[in-house]
Amino acid sequence: MVETGHFALILAFSLALVQSVVPLFGARTGNERLMAVGGPVTVTGFALTALAFAALTMAYVQSDFSVLNVWENSHSLKPMLFKITGTWGNHEGSMLLWVLILTFFGALVAVFGGNLPATLRANVLAVQGWIGAAFLLFILTTSNPFTRLAPAPIEGRDLNPILQDIGLAVHPPLLYLGYVGFSVCFSFAVAALIEGRIDAAWARWVRPWTLAAWVFLTGGIAMGSYWAYYELGWGGFWFWDPVENASFMPWLAGTALLHSAIVMEKRSALKIWTLLLAILTFSFSLLGTFLVRSGVLTSVHAFATDPSRGVFILGILMLFIGGSLALFALRAGNLAAGGIFQPISREGALVLNNLFLTTAAATVLIGTLYPLVIEALSGDKISVGAPFFNLTFGSLMVPLLALVPFGPLLAWKRGDIHAAAQRLMAAFAVALLAVLSTLLFIDGATVLAALGIGLGVWMILGALTDIVLKSGLGAASGKVMLSRLRGLPRSVYGTALAHMGLGLSVLGIVGVVSFETENILTMRPGQTVELSGHTLRFDGLHPVQGPNFTEDQGRFELLDDDQKVIAEIVSSKRFYPARQMPTTEAGIKTMGLSQLYVSLGDETADGGVVVRLWWKPLVILIWFGGLVMMAAGAISLSDRRLRVGAPSRRAKPLAGKVSQSQS
Amino acid sequence: MTRKQKRLSVIAAGAVFLATATGLTFYALGQKASYFYMPADLQAATLQPGQRIRLGGLVEPGTIVRGQGTEVSFGVTDHEKSVKVTYTGILPDLFREDQGVITEGTFGSDGVFVADSVLAKHDETYMPKEVADGLKAKGVWQEN
Repeated sequence: MVETGHFALILAFSLALVQSVVPLFGARTGNERLMAVGGPVTVTGFALTALAFAALTMAYVQSDFSVLNVWENSHSLKPMLFKITGTWGNHEGSMLLWVLILTFFGALVAVFGGNLPATLRANVLAVQGWIGAAFLLFILTTSNPFTRLAPAPIEGRDLNPILQDIGLAVHPPLLYLGYVGFSVCFSFAVAALIEGRIDAAWARWVRPWTLAAWVFLTGGIAMGSYWAYYELGWGGFWFWDPVENASFMPWLAGTALLHSAIVMEKRSALKIWTLLLAILTFSFSLLGTFLVRSGVLTSVHAFATDPSRGVFILGILMLFIGGSLALFALRAGNLAAGGIFQPISREGALVLNNLFLTTAAATVLIGTLYPLVIEALSGDKISVGAPFFNLTFGSLMVPLLALVPFGPLLAWKRGDIHAAAQRLMAAFAVALLAVLSTLLFIDGATVLAALGIGLGVWMILGALTDIVLKSGLGAASGKVMLSRLRGLPRSVYGTALAHMGLGLSVLGIVGVVSFETENILTMRPGQTVELSGHTLRFDGLHPVQGPNFTEDQGRFELLDDDQKVIAEIVSSKRFYPARQMPTTEAGIKTMGLSQLYVSLGDETADGGVVVRLWWKPLVILIWFGGLVMMAAGAISLSDRRLRVGAPSRRAKPLAGKVSQSQS
Repeated sequence: MTRKQKRLSVIAAGAVFLATATGLTFYALGQKASYFYMPADLQAATLQPGQRIRLGGLVEPGTIVRGQGTEVSFGVTDHEKSVKVTYTGILPDLFREDQGVITEGTFGSDGVFVADSVLAKHDETYMPKEVADGLKAKGVWQEN
């Protein structure tokens, strides 16, 4: 089975080479039969990669320690879920998952791209083929997961205990679906540059793909943040770690792309810029892959590193980013410019959004790479952490977030800022009220914290205002309003909901950063402690035997005012003998939107144990906001106008250059 | 305004915006980046009083002293020099003697390094990169 997987992977590589060349040649020479090769080859390549992935997963499930990769990262006593997720809990396996998702997206384009112009489809598949071939070669030459080990050891070395968590089942697949999803936008952009024109089908296709990739990336980042929060025991939700930044940069660029693609689709403006953003977004994904796997930066996500891998990925990076940008420089001038608009307009607002988001992505990029540059130039080792990012990223985000509610209220081409401001008066008044009541009624609230709460409320209500206004509140009867609400395009709901989700996340972040309380103390069994009005009694440490670990469970009881137990919180210190590695499992009790977080430290000589307690107000909103954004993207994606098949009847006569009649 | 003028004004506004952001970024880098030192490098370094740095090295065996409550002190060494570090809080799971650590904080007036964060890697074989490079440069540690 393992050899079958290996062979399938080699075949997939050969097919990727065919996919890279034949459809492209067909499109150049107008040979329809050669172009038609693209589809079946892409789908077969996906099937073969899936077979290889299944073979590796089987080796993990069966604990086949004659495979080097399985021996290094698995253990026969590990629970089944972690055996399966362990497949991608290491460099080689996760790279295979990366390529599996890449070929999956290629196959989706092949299957659902029937209504695309044949040359565009052929070119897109060829570009997907280049990426696939490069990364398959990378796997086969430097990171082969199918390498055998002889003689086979009896027991494996186990998976890093930090990764033995449900988070590994959710976070990497979502993240890769996002990262790699942007490859489709990239391939469309490069295909458009190869053809030297952007046609109507191009504009309609890029937005849903961007939206889908964005939904997954948003989910991947949010789930990764929650995982780090509960697993690492430090109680933080974002560390500005280089690898977090590596996933955040494509998100920022992808969010910009999402917004500029709206302008391109609706007004056929900003076409060249959108194309550049599509290239940049996937370039950030590739850069992220390089940063995580080359080991050039210190990070909590340290894959076992090997210089040859770093050099190989750097080569891929330069080839694809350099090549696509060179192609852009050569061809972009020939593309037709789009319609014009007043600075105060929906387009203008979306341009401003793009300006802020790309600049924010650039500051994150500079902060992430600066230590590398300084070390290369002067040999000094520096670290750029939260203080830098909070200052630069924060000062870019606050004005952007404050302006968000205005965008959807401005008309296309020429907007009226005064009218928009008037309509937002109610939302503004309530936000102001939120600021004042935070200052008045919450102890220890700073002006900054109150303004932060106000910002979140303003964004949520601002987004709601758009929906309420579109229903015609005040001017129409209830029945008319309801039918109007039903008639609104789903993308309008998607926009409002996504902006609300962002507002919710802002509320959560402000809540935790400003109002969190913390206590570090030594506790003995029976002792009680109070934190922000919650009384906690320490019940003692209890040894427990897990499947592949032993743990000391620290049991805590949450007491109400009458000293009655209302809940138990278990926080433990685990020890995994296979890796001789201890971990901390935080105890978390969710109360409403807030959480009580208990983390254990070392035992002291006098029979106590060091305990770290946090009260984290509104913390749930940080990730709930992310889920709301995902849902918003999904709703927008289900909009009939975006559904790929739907506009095809109308589209055929329009194919060719986008008409310029609107400009 | 003509189409061309309009486009130029948009580009100019964008350039001003980017210049401001760039200025802010480099100002912040100058202010907020923290340098990494190992104990033996400190003599050559000129530190401002209260300047935040990251101090890395190995936890010197036999120096871990637990004080009042959650206070702990330990020596960080690179086998040439050793620096006393105090820290209040929970040490990382992998904190132990001879383990590579990176501590972040400032020097007090008594020459003791007051750390507000202590990092040890979440992987039993992994040495923080800066510490590994520094030790290799001094010839006191080889990768196995």
